[in-house]
Amino acid sequence: MSAVQDLLAPTTEAELAAIIADRRRPLRIIGGGTRVQLPPGDDMMIDRLTTTRLSGVVTYSPGEMTLIARPGTPLPEIEAMLAAEGQALAFEPPDLRGVLGGHGAPTLGGMVAANASGPRRLMAGACRDHLLGVRFVDGRGRVIKNGGRVMKNVTGLDLSKLLAGSYGTLAVLTEIVLKTLPHLPARATLVFADMNRAQAVRLFSTALATPFDVTGAAWRDGTAYLRIEGLEKQLIYRRDRLLALLAAHAPQVLDDAATTALWRGLRDVTNFAGSDAPLWRILAKPTDAPAICTALHALGGATSLDWGGGLIWYAGPGSAAQVRALAPHATLIRRAGLTGPAFPPQTGPLARLQSGLRQTFDPAGLLNPGLMDA
Amino acid sequence: MSIAMPAPNQDVIARGPQIVAALQAVLPADAVIHDPQETRAYECDALTAYRCPPLAVVLPRTTAQVAAIMRLCNDMGVPVVPRGAGTSLAGGALPTADCVILGTMRLRDVLEIDTDNRFIRVQSGITNLAVSAELESHGFFYAPDPSSQLACTIAGNIAMNSGGAHCLKYGVTTNNLMGATVVLSTGEIVEMGGPEAGPDGLDMLGLFCGSEGQLGVVTEAILRILPRPEGARPVLIGFGDAEVAGECVANIIRSGVIPVAIEYMDEPCLRAVESFAKAGYPTCNAVLIVEVEGSADEIADQIARIREIADALNPVEFRESRNADEAAKIWKGRKSAFGAMGKLGDYICLDGTVPVGQLPYTLRRIGELSREHGLEVANVFHAGDGNMHPLILFNANQPGDLARAEAFGNDILRLCVEVGGCLTGEHGVGIEKRDLMSTQYAPDDLAIQMEIKDLFDPQWLLNAAKVFPLQASAAHRGRAAE
Repeated sequence: MSAVQDLLAPTTEAELAAIIADRRRPLRIIGGGTRVQLPPGDDMMIDRLTTTRLSGVVTYSPGEMTLIARPGTPLPEIEAMLAAEGQALAFEPPDLRGVLGGHGAPTLGGMVAANASGPRRLMAGACRDHLLGVRFVDGRGRVIKNGGRVMKNVTGLDLSKLLAGSYGTLAVLTEIVLKTLPHLPARATLVFADMNRAQAVRLFSTALATPFDVTGAAWRDGTAYLRIEGLEKQLIYRRDRLLALLAAHAPQVLDDAATTALWRGLRDVTNFAGSDAPLWRILAKPTDAPAICTALHALGGATSLDWGGGLIWYAGPGSAAQVRALAPHATLIRRAGLTGPAFPPQTGPLARLQSGLRQTFDPAGLLNPGLMDA
Repeated sequence: MSIAMPAPNQDVIARGPQIVAALQAVLPADAVIHDPQETRAYECDALTAYRCPPLAVVLPRTTAQVAAIMRLCNDMGVPVVPRGAGTSLAGGALPTADCVILGTMRLRDVLEIDTDNRFIRVQSGITNLAVSAELESHGFFYAPDPSSQLACTIAGNIAMNSGGAHCLKYGVTTNNLMGATVVLSTGEIVEMGGPEAGPDGLDMLGLFCGSEGQLGVVTEAILRILPRPEGARPVLIGFGDAEVAGECVANIIRSGVIPVAIEYMDEPCLRAVESFAKAGYPTCNAVLIVEVEGSADEIADQIARIREIADALNPVEFRESRNADEAAKIWKGRKSAFGAMGKLGDYICLDGTVPVGQLPYTLRRIGELSREHGLEVANVFHAGDGNMHPLILFNANQPGDLARAEAFGNDILRLCVEVGGCLTGEHGVGIEKRDLMSTQYAPDDLAIQMEIKDLFDPQWLLNAAKVFPLQASAAHRGRAAE
């Protein structure tokens, strides 16, 4: 067996740029290592570059709702700092360690690289919607900035959006600017027992057409959940209006603490943490979700829903071809032995443009080869 | 008139009749305009100081027609300038003498309203306001609301990533755009995003939104729609000191209340509004209009919190609206501000953004620059997100005055960058801020953006000579022309 490959740990942006500029062989870019499953023996094949020493908060201005930090900063540290000021990352980034078996600390850079967005995406948008600007080193070793630290900015092409969710395959982030929002002080959950998926999605469509700012709409194990959040008085009002509107379903109400615990579990997909089946993250039009789930169940396995039905989690034995035939927007999150592309394969001019973008950012193919199947 | 455009391609101009004939061969007769009398209607957008009649104008009705136009122009090497309603304040739709204007105004159908899945699918030439009007009877609305919303199109909104007064709560176009049908420079048609939450791979839609017609032409869009709030109510807060008003903005945001809008008007603007609109605003140095949404009780609760914050800063006045009439009165001055300023003389409207904490300093510096340049300036803008709209007054009939106003404007935009902000918050770069891009971006920052342009538009035919400084883009445009 060959030795474990090198581990590079630059401490400054300039050092990182120098490493990449001189580089001839590919690099595996790692934050906390909690958001992707690498193939067994990956560390024997390819040198690793960790961002953990590109760490620390540059500026946090609660009155401007902006946070500037380096990619290796541990996410729990950021969340604690924001909480102390009554703020939060509104897109509720999930912690997938339970599902993927990672042991590191999730980092800010990994969160952006995966565009990690939890149940509140439904209302608040995804991580990419809160990303105001970035600095990064591209595959040629160029240090580049894009966007800025203000909430409205249309100066030039928006590369921040492109880098969010690019899994370190285009560039290595060196500085991240995020919008922070007030942490909503009160919350409650309406619980609807004995609901199938079709009933749940109908319920979600009804609730999400109200002006009561539903911030979570998820279903698992035969129960549908609606979360409401807000200032104390807002919460009571919204809860009572929704209870009246949906009285026919006789919902139960969960209090603040129970709501926090429940939605952390839904966010982190704990229902599929124990299983070792392949896990798929499927995006669908919410009203299509029940039929897709029924078809997936015919392959075996189980499903749960988030984002009002727009996100289906499927853990089961279906092959990639079978799953993608039913749901084209399916990404393989936990391989559990399945091979082949993790991301939905692209075709036609879009595939050409995506590969052209990779050429533009990283002409030598140094950064995270294979991670997005390219 | 200090912004130069490169010399038009004389070869293309010479081939004008052939190009028009080729366009007529693939489009209905009424979709091609080439009579100089008629093309003049398209010679400028809302940056009216710059004008140039195009070679021809095409007004397609379908995506297939747009694809045919793009393929043809690509094959014949003809520059294309996409145009929505021509409301760009940055010259984003300014023609060149060798270009075909591709207008989206006849692509105006609503294709699908799906309230269960919370989206509307439209052709891109529909106006912003028409989208919300379509949704009203369903109890929904489309959030981005640029002040030109009566005229401006969704195509233009996507190209410029438009904002509006309410983006403090709801975000800008990119945050409300789910999918787009885009015609590439080759004439190929691609779907970016869709009715499901995306993206699947790289976020192409995120890259496309705000690309100012550099990467392709959008013909259809899937827009996220939101349930209409139960109600909304503004309050007006007057301050004796502009800096204290800035402090109030930061304190409100920090408190956990997220108003849908926080608008700011300074003393010169208030004076103009009082003279021409008689809005009955207090006599003071700064007015904030803060709007909150929700049920009656929710609104009352949020206003009470805002009052507490404002009272700690000794406002000149804190005016609540108790009914729709009083609410309209509070908004009246703000809504008539641009018109009122227009009565004072000609003006140019800027669009820089600064970090909210830098508002007081920036306002003070703008005042100093105003004295240095000898031109008056008024400020009326979206304070909650730091997006400033200084209006510089000048006299268009006085030789040299526009150039002086532009020089002053450039100083303000440089100031925005210097304090950590940017050149444009919602109007776009166009030609107006093109050559200032180097103050915000280093050569490599711009290089990678132009390399992406190379990828999407190898011949640099789409809205070329905009967004990127001419000097920086010269090599790319030159290579493309070879």
